[in-house]
Amino acid sequence: MFVTVHMPDGATHRLEALEGWRVMEVIRDWGLPIKAECGGACACATCHVWVGEEWLAKLVPPTAEELEMLDGAFQVDERSRLCCQIIMSKELDGLVVELAPESLADAPPERLAVGG
Amino acid sequence: MQASEASTDVIIVGAGPVGLFAVFELGLAKLKAHVVDILDKPGGQCAELYPEKPIYDIPGLPFCTGQELTDRLLEQIRPFEPVFHFGEMVEALTRTVDGKWRLTTDTGRVLIAPVVVIAAGGGSFVPKRPPIPGIEAYEGKSVFYAVRRIDAFRGRRIVIAGGGDSALDWTVNLAPMAGQLTLVHRRPEFRAAPDTVRKMRELEEQGLVRFELGQPAELKGSDGKLDAVVIKRTDGSTFDIESDTLLPFFGLTMKLGPIANFGLNLNENLIPVDTAKFETSTQAVFAIGDINSYSGKLKLILSGFHEAALMAQAAHRYVHPDKTLRFQYTTSSSELQRLLKVA
Ligand SMILES: Cc1cc2nc3c(=O)[nH]c(=O)nc-3n(C[C@H](O)[C@H](O)[C@H](O)COP(=O)(O)OP(=O)(O)OC[C@H]3O[C@@H](n4cnc5c(N)ncnc54)[C@H](O)[C@@H]3O)c2cc1C
Ligand code: FES
Repeated sequence: MFVTVHMPDGATHRLEALEGWRVMEVIRDWGLPIKAECGGACACATCHVWVGEEWLAKLVPPTAEELEMLDGAFQVDERSRLCCQIIMSKELDGLVVELAPESLADAPPERLAVGG
Repeated sequence: MQASEASTDVIIVGAGPVGLFAVFELGLAKLKAHVVDILDKPGGQCAELYPEKPIYDIPGLPFCTGQELTDRLLEQIRPFEPVFHFGEMVEALTRTVDGKWRLTTDTGRVLIAPVVVIAAGGGSFVPKRPPIPGIEAYEGKSVFYAVRRIDAFRGRRIVIAGGGDSALDWTVNLAPMAGQLTLVHRRPEFRAAPDTVRKMRELEEQGLVRFELGQPAELKGSDGKLDAVVIKRTDGSTFDIESDTLLPFFGLTMKLGPIANFGLNLNENLIPVDTAKFETSTQAVFAIGDINSYSGKLKLILSGFHEAALMAQAAHRYVHPDKTLRFQYTTSSSELQRLLKVA
């Protein structure tokens, strides 16, 4: 399954994803510069994305905790989600998200060693 | 600004779990420490990002929360009486004429010591800056991320943006003296102490606070002087709030900050160290915890604890070049137990 990510600089990446993984992890583990300071604990709002309109209905709605944390993001609208709270599933194969500028990391994280 | 100066054995930059445990290891080596952190509380990421979330990989502690770990570390280091300076940003590090380190903070505090330990983790926690074009030009004149002196805001026409404790607290505190105060938040719910929300609503009824749904999108003004904040509603429409002051409160983010200017070697915002002493390429400046890098580094609390133990041995040699540090166990050494105030 795949996730398409539009980066703030206009670049687009189609990333292979695994079921059960958080979209934030998919973006981070492919080495794209996402801040995601709290590592997915829903505690920082630096993994803010705008979800493609057509995907909104397919997502599990945000929890109260996520909505509260979104208060710490900018330019929040009805397409806003914290992508550490979106878990990949078959229904989400093809998901399109746009990374919010404030969630762009200054330097890319270290690339994960991939075997095989 | 009251300048104050103090001398100690070791200055620790950062009161995260690793900076706190460094106090312990230094204490066993009879070294005194001052600890500086920009946060208003100890615990670093554990206290700021996940105080209520579980940690399962602290040796011997099958489960604890970020706050519990912080509290336990504070209890563990209490016998060594560390001196904390919270709410202060370490801004500069220079050599004194007699070869010691002179560290200054943004409140004008000066600390002198032969050894400095950088335990700055993921960087200093600083307020998030809204991505509003040109906002930098207004900062310090019309846009402020913290309030140090309430008096400076008397009579001002203020817009406060955000929905957390800081936004609500300052709304309540500044409303009585502001010329005009508007709180702007993206939704009618707040993530703040219910009591403060109630007070805000009372002030709103009294006409001392105006509440608007929306988010700041643009600033109007010139030369850093603000005339109006453009607010964007959820439906995309905009309106102006005439004001001379914007206080954005959107929480904190980690930035390396002034450490970048200390003259230390940096590699991708991390400080390279050796793995015997965890010393940087600058003599008597150590780096431990998430801020350092070496082959095989794992950003784990337990790794930082190990680094603190080895660092303390080497720090002792700088502070007391004439003395040797004997290896002892806390279980059986009466000297260590006296230091721990248990014997
Ligand atoms: C959600 C989450 C869960 C985690 N879970 C685990 C886990 O289960 N197990 C584990 O081992 N690790 C875990 N970690 C990682 C762990 O929290 C870090 O490894 C640890 O906090 C690093 O400690 P530290 O003391 O090096 O730095 P930090 O905790 O980052 O503290 C550094 C402090 O230095 C201060 N500072 C920096 N620069 C300055 C300056 N110039 N002036 C003043 N102050 C400054 C900062 O404000 C900060 O308070 C987790 C992290 C997160 C975010
Ligand atoms: S990574 Fe911190 S909220 Fe998603």
